[in-house]
Amino acid sequence: MFDRRLLTHFDWVLLLTVLTVAGIGILNLYSATSIWTGAGPPIYLKQIYWLGIGLTIALGVSSVDYRHLEYCGFFLYGLTLCLLVAVLLVGKTSMGATRWLDLGIFNLQPSEIMKIVIIITLARYFSQKGNLRGYSLRQLLVPFALLGVPSVMIMKQPDLGTAMMVIFIGVTMSLFAGLRRSTLAMLAILGSSAAAGGWFLLRPYQKQRILTFLNPEHDPLGAGYHIIQSKIAVGSGGFWGSGFMQGTQSQLSFLPERHTDFAFSVFAEEWGFTGSLILLGLYLFLIIWGIYIARRASDMFGMMLALGVTAMIFWHIVVNLGMVIGLLPVVGVPLPLFSYGGTSMVTTMIGTGLLLNISMRRFMF
Amino acid sequence: MSLNGGWEDNPSLKKRFLLLSLAVVLIFLLLVLRLWYLQIIGADRYRELSEKNRIRYIPVAAPRGPIYDRHGEILVDNRPSFTISVLRQEVEDKDALLTRLAGILGADPEELEKNWQSGSRFPRYRPFPLAEDVSRESLEVIQENSVNLPGVLTEVRPLRSYPHGELGAHLFGYLGEITQKELQNKQFSSGYRPGDFVGKRGLEKLLEKYLRGVEGERLLEVDVKGQELRILKTQEPQPGNKVFLTIDRKLQAATESAFGEEAGAAVVIRVKTGEVLALASRPAFDPALFARGISGKEWIDLLQNPRHPLQDKTIQGQYPPGSTFKMVTALAALKAGVAYPSTTVDCGGALSHGNRRFRCWKRGGHGRVDLKRALKESCDVWFYKVSLDLGIDRIAAMARALGLGIPLGFPLEGEKTGLIPDRQWKQQRQGTRWYDGETVIASIGQGYVLTTPLQLAVMTAGIANDGIVPRPQVISRIEDLTGNILEEMHPEILNDAQLNPSDLQVVKRGMEAVVNEPGGTAYKSRLNEIRIAGKTGTSQVVKLKDDHAPKREIAYRFRDHALFVGYAPAQDPEIAVSVLLEHGGSGGSNAAPVAQKIFAAYFDVPIPVHAPPSPPAPAPSPLPTEDLPPTPSDAVNGLPLQGMNPPPAGPPAPAPNLPPAPPVTPEQSLPPEAGGIVPEAEGD
Repeated sequence: MFDRRLLTHFDWVLLLTVLTVAGIGILNLYSATSIWTGAGPPIYLKQIYWLGIGLTIALGVSSVDYRHLEYCGFFLYGLTLCLLVAVLLVGKTSMGATRWLDLGIFNLQPSEIMKIVIIITLARYFSQKGNLRGYSLRQLLVPFALLGVPSVMIMKQPDLGTAMMVIFIGVTMSLFAGLRRSTLAMLAILGSSAAAGGWFLLRPYQKQRILTFLNPEHDPLGAGYHIIQSKIAVGSGGFWGSGFMQGTQSQLSFLPERHTDFAFSVFAEEWGFTGSLILLGLYLFLIIWGIYIARRASDMFGMMLALGVTAMIFWHIVVNLGMVIGLLPVVGVPLPLFSYGGTSMVTTMIGTGLLLNISMRRFMF
Repeated sequence: MSLNGGWEDNPSLKKRFLLLSLAVVLIFLLLVLRLWYLQIIGADRYRELSEKNRIRYIPVAAPRGPIYDRHGEILVDNRPSFTISVLRQEVEDKDALLTRLAGILGADPEELEKNWQSGSRFPRYRPFPLAEDVSRESLEVIQENSVNLPGVLTEVRPLRSYPHGELGAHLFGYLGEITQKELQNKQFSSGYRPGDFVGKRGLEKLLEKYLRGVEGERLLEVDVKGQELRILKTQEPQPGNKVFLTIDRKLQAATESAFGEEAGAAVVIRVKTGEVLALASRPAFDPALFARGISGKEWIDLLQNPRHPLQDKTIQGQYPPGSTFKMVTALAALKAGVAYPSTTVDCGGALSHGNRRFRCWKRGGHGRVDLKRALKESCDVWFYKVSLDLGIDRIAAMARALGLGIPLGFPLEGEKTGLIPDRQWKQQRQGTRWYDGETVIASIGQGYVLTTPLQLAVMTAGIANDGIVPRPQVISRIEDLTGNILEEMHPEILNDAQLNPSDLQVVKRGMEAVVNEPGGTAYKSRLNEIRIAGKTGTSQVVKLKDDHAPKREIAYRFRDHALFVGYAPAQDPEIAVSVLLEHGGSGGSNAAPVAQKIFAAYFDVPIPVHAPPSPPAPAPSPLPTEDLPPTPSDAVNGLPLQGMNPPPAGPPAPAPNLPPAPPVTPEQSLPPEAGGIVPEAEGD
């Protein structure tokens, strides 16, 4: 059963990149939470535990041939959908949003599972209904329905960040799967006119209300303050940065959520433009490597799967950084491998496991 | 594999991978560009911001939406108030600061300390109030000394104001600080934070989402001394929406003042549309006490006041309607064919049934009375007699058809439904069968029967409107700032009681006679220009079990309620009025004059001075059964307390068909020695 080729083809490059980023992240958390009044073990230590758990999961996921997933894709999809329904019915509410199922030992967040499951489901759909001439609008109805149902349910929790991520992943995969030129044009017109029309027709306070509604744990009125403090932190880092553990903004706790969503601004203040560039370079390398894995995958399912996982990591990076440096509105999306949090770590590591899996089976038919 | 055979060499796939990688690199370049802009170009500026200056985040409270009456006259408004707030992030020496502030404000340092403690739950960058609604003088001193008071801010905040004082207090309700429990609630899940004020009662609570508005914010850059350098961002608050009520401010004021010092409730509604023009509950409270947070002592005083100023008696007070219920019995009897307008009963002062005697309020009896006279002079025996043939169930059906004993769907919280008993109710509730004696006393609105003043007004409107009972409504429309109508009231029909026009005519004539014909129980309260139709009622609160020892005064809480319901003009009714004076004496002498003032105010006509001797005021001796004590109206009128002398002629213990203690309204805390309610007596 065990094939020696798996070991020789093991993707050390990917694993090393992931571990490097996660290592920098933990160092950064150590600095960000050095003045910490919370109870329990220090945050950076907990993040190390999570990294250990994540690594185990990643190796576990990589050891079972991903092609089995193709057969249970829709089953997983149905199951996760049921969990989402359960959340809406009996979910646990915290900070105005209902996102968790209380399983006694831990709280399960089905919307996170949906990120991975939608990748598997769409990869299966697009690989089986292979269509190299491009999809027409009608052929896209099924994948859009597969995408739309869970997105709406996640939106209802409400969890704008996760819903947005699920949609971004799905749209990226659909675009890559290939659309006819006419379909693409049609979608572009439809999408942009709906977005623009909706946004311009709404009054400012209505927009504010929508954002508030979709994003309740972020104090929308304090959001302007958060953004400006984050920008000050990033900007005051300058070229070389203020040095490890020397960031005044972050150390003086002006920065909100500096160990979760705003972890990058602590890093940017302390390591400056040079440090940010290095970190961004590592992330870019990770994404390009993910695309490379997709390119080399041994079948279409593997290719779409790898692309989906890469898209997931990519969009998390872009939306989080965009928010932290004031390019995008405040939406609660963590920076993969960098922000503190077990959920994000586990999801990212499942993705990493899938990439490893596809990469090491690239020569197996 | 066959499905995807040759896929990897597809040239278009190659192109896609290339495009994808290019897009990724481009987006990363954009991020790098932005970082370069912040960290290289903006470095100096941001470093200065982080080292020297500070950013202040100042939330700007939204003015709550104003409330207007039907003519656009303002009822509830906002006024600017000066608040001294503190920003924890800028305070270095807390104790010194508080001591200095206490000196300037003349405030108790401990009070400031307490406010500081309760503000510690906010983030460091969020200012919270230390002292609210301070004087302009204190404000100026603080502003002059701002350099010595780092972290102290002066703010102008909108505070709820009530230009008409207590007017409509129960209707508007009041505000209070949001509780932890409310914050968990889905309604308050977004846009609310600890320390916010929200509607706790009345319209303030009901219309919270319309009235609240959206908080604005200002981001200021200040130097180390706390002096403003520039405004980084301003977002204006969005004031709450405007609410227009069906209330008429002048009539509401007239209605409230018509009560004088009496406790009670009055409702004025438009007969055809159900619009509530006035809704008064007395005594009232000052809602301004709540606007800035009520003190513990003030709150306790309100709660312990025996006349319950916090209770909205118009919808939460449940009272036996007494003789104002007689229209229901009459209409039910006519509809069932049990009685006719010409049906006459010989009133000898009492009706004997079984082993009990049910007394008319007029000891000597009314002689032969038909329906019209029975209404006009409020002869109890006519209704006793008819009710025995009619039965309770048909009375109850008519009462419910006219809006009694059922929820009216009035939007305000805590609306009580009253109680209209019938056989089924008694079987379910008490597991015993219904007795005829209970029908007899229910026919004159006593016994188990309970109604709210709002229900009585609706019933009266239903009769005036020929059986079409309107649903009472109080919110006319809600407008946003630009005048767009968000909500609008449309008249609704609560029920069509399907009354026979000829039946109605008889009852209406009887009601007209009550006010306009000599001998009518409210003849003294007529108006010269406008013809009022109405009915008086005096309902007994409680039977005193131990009435051997004569008392000069009957305790306040045992005195009778005085009621009046009516509509006008009699020929073409516009408004219906219900008045209830809690423990206020008799319907004719006490409640009808209040209603007269309300009608006079609405039609803008003078109140005539009637020559004192014109109608001989019927001696109020309400003794329907033998074991009944005298009524307060005697005491009130200073007449000798007849019937005070024991022993009563009736059975010493309650007769077998006497009802057990019926449900009691919350505010009537019955002492253990108090017996059941016994048939009422009409006071005049």
